[in-house]
This record gives sequence, C-alpha cells and structure tokens, in this order.
Amino acid sequence: MAKAGKTLEIDTSPHIASGASVDTIMRNVVYALLPVCAFSVYVFGFAALVTLAAAISSCLVTEHLLCRWRGAASTLGDWSTAVTGVIYGLTLPPALPVWMVVLGGVIAVGVGKFLFGGLGYNAFNPALVGRAFLQAAFPVAMTSWYPALAADRFSGLPASSLTYPFATPVYDALTGATPLAAMKFDGEVTATLDLATGLTAGSTGETGGILILAGGLYLALRRMMNWRIPLAILATVFALSGVMHLVAPADYPDPVFMLFSGGLMLGAVFMATDMVASPMTNAGCVVYGVLIGALVVVIRLWGGMPEGVMYAILLANAVSPHIDNLLQPRVYGTRKASGGSS
Amino acid sequence: MLSLPQRYPTFTHGVHPPESKDDTRALGIRQFPFAPVLVFPLSQHIGKPAVPVVREGEEVVRGQVLARADGFVSVPQHAPASGVVRRIGLVPGIAGKMVTGIYLEPYPGSSQEVAEGEPCDLDTASPDEIVAAIQAAGIVGLGGAAFPTHVKLRPPAGKSIDTLILNGVECEPYLTTDHRVMLEQPADVHTGVRYLLKATGAARALIGVEANKLDAAEALQRTIPDDLPVAVRVVQVKYPQGAEKMLITALLGKDVPSGGLPADVGAVVVNVATAAEIGRLLPHGRGIQERVVTLTGPAVGRKGNYRIPVGTPLRFALEQVEVSGDVSRVFLGGPMMGQALSSLDIPITKGTSGFVAFTHAETGAGREEYPCIHCAYCVDACPIHLNPSQLGLLAKVADYERMADEFHLLDCFECGACSYVCPSHIPLVQRFRSAKALVRALRSG
Repeated sequence: MAKAGKTLEIDTSPHIASGASVDTIMRNVVYALLPVCAFSVYVFGFAALVTLAAAISSCLVTEHLLCRWRGAASTLGDWSTAVTGVIYGLTLPPALPVWMVVLGGVIAVGVGKFLFGGLGYNAFNPALVGRAFLQAAFPVAMTSWYPALAADRFSGLPASSLTYPFATPVYDALTGATPLAAMKFDGEVTATLDLATGLTAGSTGETGGILILAGGLYLALRRMMNWRIPLAILATVFALSGVMHLVAPADYPDPVFMLFSGGLMLGAVFMATDMVASPMTNAGCVVYGVLIGALVVVIRLWGGMPEGVMYAILLANAVSPHIDNLLQPRVYGTRKASGGSS
Repeated sequence: MLSLPQRYPTFTHGVHPPESKDDTRALGIRQFPFAPVLVFPLSQHIGKPAVPVVREGEEVVRGQVLARADGFVSVPQHAPASGVVRRIGLVPGIAGKMVTGIYLEPYPGSSQEVAEGEPCDLDTASPDEIVAAIQAAGIVGLGGAAFPTHVKLRPPAGKSIDTLILNGVECEPYLTTDHRVMLEQPADVHTGVRYLLKATGAARALIGVEANKLDAAEALQRTIPDDLPVAVRVVQVKYPQGAEKMLITALLGKDVPSGGLPADVGAVVVNVATAAEIGRLLPHGRGIQERVVTLTGPAVGRKGNYRIPVGTPLRFALEQVEVSGDVSRVFLGGPMMGQALSSLDIPITKGTSGFVAFTHAETGAGREEYPCIHCAYCVDACPIHLNPSQLGLLAKVADYERMADEFHLLDCFECGACSYVCPSHIPLVQRFRSAKALVRALRSG
C-alpha cells in the first residue's frame, strides 16, 4: 500500500501515449529507402556506393558538429539527418566527384536545415537545397551520367569520382544520357519496361521506380507518409502530359514515360512528402501535389532543362505554409453541412 | 434481439487507445464498507457550494441532508451513513488545496437504515416538480463532469428539446462503471428515462453504447418497457466518442454549433449512470449516498467495480483493494483526461468515475520532446477539427489572442487526443489548458 509520505508523480493528462515517435518515423523512412539504395548499387556499382556513403556521412558529420558548436546535444538520434543524407545521395549522379558530394551535404544540412532552425523549421527539403546548390555551382558535373549496368562497375571507381577538389572532372568515354535528356534533346524514347525496372542512366536512386513505389506503399500503410501527395503529383503529371500527348503525339512523350523517367518517382514519394516542408491538411496536400505535378510538366515540356522535379518541389515547399493558411481544417460546429459520418 | 448494423455510426477523426477494460469489465458491482471517517467537500459539483445545515457534534441519520443547495446551480449533499458530524472545516480538495467541508464519523454499530424522503410520483409530478426532485436528490453528472443534472433539463429560452440522449459510451480506457450499471441496473436506467423524458418534454430517448459493450446494449434493449419511446444505438469504439458533441454527431448526424449547447440541435445528453441513479432514488425520495467507481490499473491488486459511499477517503479505498507498494501515479478518471493526484487523502466524490493506479513500469520511461515536424497526426486526431500543431506553435510564442480568434482555441474540450498521438511528445493539450485559462481571464478581466 502507498504509505504516507510516499511520493506520487504529478503529470498532466493524457497519461498514456500512442508510442509514435519522431525517431521511429524517420528510421522507417530510411528502411523504406534501403531497397532503393541496394538497387542503385547493383545498377551503378561502386560509384553509387561511394556517393551514398559520402552523402550520408557528410550530412551526419555536419549535423553533429553544428550541434556541438551551438553547445546543444547532438540530434543524430532523431534520424532526420540520416533521412536527409540518404535522399540527398540518391538524387546525385552516381559518378559525381566525391568532394562535390561532401560539399553539397554540408550545404544541405548547414544551410537547408541548421540555418532555418533545425528539425521542424526547415522551409525546404534540405536534401534538395544541397542538390540545388550543386546544380547551380557545377552544372556540367551534375548532368554527366554514368551508364547503368556498366561492365566494370564493381571493378573500380569511375575516374570522375576521385577528382581533386576544384579540378575539372574527367569522364570516361561511356557516359550515358538520361531518358529525359535523350527525349528532350535527341527525340529518343526509352522503353517503358527499362524505365520501370530502372535499367537506365540517371541519378543514383531515381531509376528504380517500382522499388520506390513499394517503399512509399510501406510508409503510407504505416501512416508515416501522406499518400495524397505522391498520388496528386503522379495523377497530375499523368493527366497533363496525357492531354499533351493526345494533342501532339509527335512532340510530347506519352504519360507513362513521364511517370517513370527522371526523378519524378523518387521526388513524389520521398521528397515532396517531407512532413516539415509540406502542408498539414489533406486538402492542402492535394493542392500541393497538383502544384508540383503541374510544375514538373511545364518545366519538362517547355522549360530549358530536361528535368524539373527538384525545382517544382522547392517552389511548392515555399508556398506550403500559405496553402496551410488558406486551407485550415473546418472546425466542428462551424460547418454548414452536418457531419455524422466517419 | 438487437439487430446490429455492420458499421456503427461515429464522428470524424479521433484515436484508438488500448481499451484496457478486460480486468474489470466482467466483474459485478460490489458494495464497499464504510471508512472510519467520511469527508465531504461542500463543492462536489460545478456551481455554488452547498451550505451546511448540520452542526459539529450533531448526530445524523443515513440519507439526511448535510448541506443544502445554494441557489439553482447547486445541489444538496446527503449523509451516506448514520453517525456524528465531527468537524466542519478544511478538507483536502482534488486540486491539491484545502477546501471547506464536513467530516462525518459513521457509527459502526448502526443498522444504517436509510431515511426516506418525499417520493417523486412519476404520474402526478409536473416537469418542474421532477426537476426540483432531481436537484433535491443531489444529482450531478456521474460521468465525471459533476454538472448539476437538473440545470441541463431546462432548455434556454426559445429552445426546445426533442431528443434525450443517454451517454453509455464510456470511451475512456480502463473505466467500466457505466458498463456495469447498464448490465446490472437496466430497469433503473429506463425508470430514469421516464423521469427525464417528462422533465424535458422530449419525445424520445436514444441510448448510445460503444460497440465494446454489446452485452450492456442487449441488456438495455431487452428490458425496454413497451410504452417507453427509447432506442438503444450502438456506436463505434473510438475515443472521445463519449464526449457530448461527438455522441450527438454520431446519433443525430448534426453538429452542435461552435459555442452552442446541445439544445441548439434539440438534444440534451445525460450520462447513463446518472439516469440509473435518478430511476433508483426518485421513487423513494432519497439523495445520492454512494456511487459506482472502477478501481483499477497495474498497481491495484483487487481490481473491480465498487459501490462506494461518497466521502470515502481514497487512501482507505486503495487499502481495501490492495494497492502495491511501487505505485507511482494515481489519477482520477481515465488515463486520457484524468487528473493525476498529489495526495491520496482526497475523498471520493459524486463526480468520481474511477481511479487508475500506475506503477513505475508504466510511468518510468521519460520521453524526449522533439520539435513539431508537421506530421499532422494531431490534425487527424482532433475530434473538433482544430489544428493542434498550429495552436501549439502559437502557444509557444504566447500568441493567445490569435489562438482564440483565428484557431478556435475555446472549442477545445481537452480530450487529449492530440497529445496522445504526437510523435514529438509535445504536451499540446496542457498548453491549450493554460492558454484557455489565460484567454478567459483576459476576457473577463
């Protein structure tokens, strides 16, 4: 029996919790990305392995050092930086010089996350901030693609990976064009099956469309991702590009090609869904997804660049708080129509 | 037999905490002994405290009025035991501070027969007389709110009540008092419904029961008298289905307007145990002397549903049910909305639906608070469709006016669903409680 003088804990209700935790969510995002990572190593060999390792470690080290510098406890335990590192690595060309990978990782975490106030305050997806920096600083290196399934991919690293800092990277003769670039600049269409199974040139992790979808399905089923975002993006891209393809089949690619080419799958499933930088309400998520999808189609079909997923997501990140402001949930008792359903 | 639809009605959003009711749901109500001393705070209800009508040293008979109601929004208190009034002075209150109250020492040798009052005859009493009789019986909402029941029965001017809703949802985990009352006293519930229908002028009554208590729903359904316009409705198991607004939405398909009352949609909601108590007491003109309380939780040895005299000190009650030595937290009510107690010296009052005792195994692990990651779990949990994430961020910067004006802070009824789901472990509902108090203070001052 509780004796007199025995200490009782006082805490406010609720006295039980669902068990959900930020680190659990983030860890599961990493799990969902592991098959994508493994596949990218299979397709691009050591180049992908080194790129991913450099990306993840540069992000983690940057986060750790910045926390220490600020005199705060390290936040590596919340796993959010690991998510940033993996996604960042997957968006890079596999044979990108390692020093560039590291520099971009420092920018991703230092500028994309830390400057904004750390976890929960980043207006933009940090991985994409790092990638956008590299795209602006090193446009040639960022568009030089290592071919898929190169015969020597497990016998050594491509020469470009080991370029000295600030030296011009040298590319082996066999650099492949991405399906989108081939489409845009040469009018070549890549077979859809190759696209879906990921056996094409491209960024480290963007090519395995089916594995990306499987990872997204896992997160959606565990309620760790709002499925409305990727669905709205993919449906919008499919619908808009489908209309254009019907109008002028010779000028515009078919919508399935649009879905499985470039970074759309990876971006729609794993980058646009960054909880911090996307809207909170379901209606807001749909608007946000439609916006991203429309921007992707506009940039790809009429812009100067072959790919626009990164800029589409960054732009939508910027308006996400405004979408939230405009689409607040309708408070109970202020609704015109009656509720009563589940 | 009750015909049950495949999919039960409910409200939108909400959460599914573990029910934790298996330990006590099958245990019948057992009578509790008298404690050596009973303690009665004069304010066991919302409204003005009762006024003592006994003197120190006076002998009282079980059922006698100890303190009378002070005005309309107030209720009297009755002696649950024959004995002697030892002292009128400060007694330990639930919130941790001392409040005015009465100490009563029951006579151990007394036969404890109950003094009967003026019966309230259902056939002859007018609605106003029934309302007065319910007040005279000291009846308050037994679900935990402890709001004087008779006050609710009079709709505001210009409004009328067509549906009486009995709340048998009991959505808080661990608690099983309403469940047992519905199972064991269905006839009392129906008698209570008769009084309540007549008092309110409502044409019909609906009894809402959560789908995890189908046995209770059937017991009520089976015993409905032929002439009584009452229907049992099973609702989906979900927290906080038992909140007044959520139950109205589930049963009537209407939302109570923001800032409004159930009467705005023609309804009044009364807890099912309150109705049972009305049905049990009014025919005899008695007042509330005891109530059913669930004593449970991992730290309780003899978990169960007990009929306990009002005024029984919690410490005595926990001794009776063998609370283990490593008890670390005791709270009044269920784990979602219950208040943690700083002392076991408080008495069981009319609003006490249960006590849950946790050990260090349940409370030991500290949880790190992370920044809000905008996961929107709270947005999907809030039964009122607020944006707890946004409110939490505004609370952090102390922008209470904006919380109230733009984000409907005052519609929050503190169910705790947001805190329950938050993966960043932010004490959202606690921040809203403080903010609400501040806003109310600012606006009244």
